[in-house]
Amino acid sequence: MIKTDALIIGAGPTGLFTAHQLKLIGLNCEVVDNLDKIGGQCIELYPDKPIYDIPAVPECTGEELTNNLINQLKPFDINFHLNERVDEVKKENDRWFVKTSNNKIFLTPNVIIAGGVGSFEPRKFPPKECEKFENKSLFYTVKDKRIFEGKTVSIFGGGDSALDWAVELSKKSKVNLIHRRDEFRGARSTVNKINELADAGKINLFTKNQLSNVNGSDQIQSIDIKHDEGEIKKLETDYVLGFFGLIMQLGPIASWGLNIDKKKIAVDTEKFETNQKGIYAVGDICSYPGKLKLILSGFHEGALAARACFKLARPNEKYRFEFTTTSSNLLKRLGKKD
Amino acid sequence: MPKITYITSADKIHEVEVENGLTVMEGAVQNDIPGIDADCGGGMACATCHVYVTEDWFNKLPKKEDGEEDMIDMAYEPKKNSRLSCQLIVSDDLDGLIVNIPSKQA
Repeated sequence: MIKTDALIIGAGPTGLFTAHQLKLIGLNCEVVDNLDKIGGQCIELYPDKPIYDIPAVPECTGEELTNNLINQLKPFDINFHLNERVDEVKKENDRWFVKTSNNKIFLTPNVIIAGGVGSFEPRKFPPKECEKFENKSLFYTVKDKRIFEGKTVSIFGGGDSALDWAVELSKKSKVNLIHRRDEFRGARSTVNKINELADAGKINLFTKNQLSNVNGSDQIQSIDIKHDEGEIKKLETDYVLGFFGLIMQLGPIASWGLNIDKKKIAVDTEKFETNQKGIYAVGDICSYPGKLKLILSGFHEGALAARACFKLARPNEKYRFEFTTTSSNLLKRLGKKD
Repeated sequence: MPKITYITSADKIHEVEVENGLTVMEGAVQNDIPGIDADCGGGMACATCHVYVTEDWFNKLPKKEDGEEDMIDMAYEPKKNSRLSCQLIVSDDLDGLIVNIPSKQA
């Protein structure tokens, strides 16, 4: 169990700057994010797109912004728990008991939700029957490729993940690659490789097709794919893999007893606290009259929520406002003064 | 102002006037039309403002950029007449446009 002054959910720009503010005022914090990397939407959705409305930064990309925020955290020691989703938040005496998808447990007086539009989860196949095979013979990520050896694997998707796995698995498995149109959006060299493998009979290519059904009792036995023109084909298969990128889902947050409307959490504008004492929401996920979904608003909200955390984490101390330009306390924490 | 008709998957018809220059996605969000999530806010990065456009309109609309077609790969139940409504900019030419909202965005 990890005890901490504050737990931040979400390692996007707002979560990162909130961590900075917590550390600056002398609190420790831990950060959990379901993505495998730091940066949130900036890194997952628009790493190369320019942003023009960060104060004092005339232009930067999502990736540059993320890197700058990470640099700003360098003086501090912060643990990031990536690839983990917070599944449970419940009250335990005057602390919050927080459990992740990896069964990590935190105990903290303060939980700051900087969750953007929710956690990034794999997009799933539309047919309802797919659910019962999920993580048995139907997967959205590959954890252990050895299970596919000598089997038939049907891979859906047209991007790099689908193509890379089709190439890789074709070495030891029978591979069907199914995509909704003729063009693939993966790297040119990989697309060429796929075409070579298809010509050599190593990969069966089905374009302009989508999954219409999965058949089997315990394990998948076959799938039906439907062509644009309506023709349905049955393919024998042992495994199905789908690579349709990630989508943001509110997920477990909805069950923590918070006031949620239209996927946004209601907060006050003094502490950015929710209806639960010690749980705050900042950034895109919070709502209050006049809320702007701007990164700069997230920074402000995080700074204020951090001060509110101080009261619960250090009930016997008084928080004193200080400037980084002049405070020897803050300069010490920033490593600028011994 | 151009009229845009949004038909939900439950066949509920919402006919609204949308100002020129806004996107079909923004027209839906501003009029509280359910079923268009627009998680990324119009960045062509999430495919949660996916709509189906009736065939006669589909051919009249400006063609998709590559990026839009790539994103539609990710959409829930894409079809030949799929578009991302954040990429459809309302103008007098689009007056009368009818779009169908899919049953889910993800």
